[in-house]
Amino acid sequence: MLRTILYVESLTRHQETTMDTNDKTPPLAINDRHDPNRRKALSCLAAWTGAAVVWTVAGGVPRALGATTDGKTAAAAKNALTFVQISDTHFGFNKPANPDIVGSYRRAVADIHSLPQAPAFILHTGDITHLSKADEFGRARELFQELKVDRLHTVPGEHDTIDDGLTGYLKFFDHDGKGKGWYSFDQGGVHFIGLTNTLNFKMGTMTSLGEEQLAWLKSDLARISHSTPVVVLAHIPMWTVYAQWGWGTADADQAMALLRPFGSVTVLNGHIHQVLQKVEGNVALHTAMSLAYPLPTPGQEGIGEPGPLKVPAGELGKRLGVRQLSVVRGHRELALIDRPLDR
Amino acid sequence: MYEFTTRLAATPARVAAILVTTFSIAFATPSLLATPTPATPTIDITKFTYAPKEITVAPGTRIVWTNRDEVPHTVTAKDRSVDSKAMDTGDKFEYTFTQEGDFEYFCVVHPFMTGVVHVRKQ
Repeated sequence: MLRTILYVESLTRHQETTMDTNDKTPPLAINDRHDPNRRKALSCLAAWTGAAVVWTVAGGVPRALGATTDGKTAAAAKNALTFVQISDTHFGFNKPANPDIVGSYRRAVADIHSLPQAPAFILHTGDITHLSKADEFGRARELFQELKVDRLHTVPGEHDTIDDGLTGYLKFFDHDGKGKGWYSFDQGGVHFIGLTNTLNFKMGTMTSLGEEQLAWLKSDLARISHSTPVVVLAHIPMWTVYAQWGWGTADADQAMALLRPFGSVTVLNGHIHQVLQKVEGNVALHTAMSLAYPLPTPGQEGIGEPGPLKVPAGELGKRLGVRQLSVVRGHRELALIDRPLDR
Repeated sequence: MYEFTTRLAATPARVAAILVTTFSIAFATPSLLATPTPATPTIDITKFTYAPKEITVAPGTRIVWTNRDEVPHTVTAKDRSVDSKAMDTGDKFEYTFTQEGDFEYFCVVHPFMTGVVHVRKQ
């Protein structure tokens, strides 16, 4: 399993009274233990502006990690904002590629709970369920209650919207009560944006964000300064990883044009069940491992389709995981660590 | 290039009516048929493809798709007038084509997967 935790540390500390003013999003509260004081405190620990982004990656990830280090940046300062990205849990999947996805998920939960610094929240970048069935969403919600964190922010994957669009998903994960798949919130001086790119599939093309969402994104970004670090969540990669398999977003360039003026933009995606990254100027895009099953590499020789990959016994845990990121105060760098379940 | 020229029955009631009619002809009153009932062609969804990808049938033919993959797929008309909804492994979807035309379809979650049914009088 891969673990990714983001530690965000102050470069420019804001006054407490100015923090979290836009954080009105009511995401899924875990265990109803949401503590506003803790949340506020966390949000004010890590305001920072204008940070450059340098990624460091460790943990045995086998490919496409150009900025690999020994992972020592994992040790975040004690007052850092930390959060975790998980992805592609596919609750409901029960095929040979992983007959025990709940077991894999629970290993990840234990791994998250063993972190030296509890994450402020967890981001789930989609494909919560396998077939977007109500009982799968309900089961997912039960399982998320096992996470000892305050909140879970999600974006839908195409498996969550396959039959009825956002209808089923929003019954469980309507983060701001507006009935949309996109939203934003601010914490620790970082602007977080959740996007939905699984609703506009057209025959023979890649998915897209759509005009309505792009217009919303433009208006959302218009209210924050370009020095504000931005973290964007979306399920399907926001760059064209492999068009033949639909691994890309057709109108991602329009979103990138809106994000490019910002000094630090981090895009976190799922969907392809493996870690890839791309850096464009101030924009760093990353896909994450799944917690359910691996997929082949783009165009992998001998495999003609992006179906669940059956790997030899003992290998599965090395192909699943969560993600850890960190920005260490004074270093002006945002570090990412992907760590498999089996290391 | 194919043009989807036939709007297929979209409402459940119309679909049901067509199926009832089909079954009535095929099973209840076979003597009414002047020609043998066409076989029910099957299309496997396997390795993210429709096999066969292209097929030609006579009007009134029922086609059955079966998902052989470990991930869900759909059979969805290009104009969305027909939609199987998510088909899990082993799930089947059937549809009877009553009018001539070219029925282009795809998988809504893997839109690179495409197929076409040509409905022609034979």
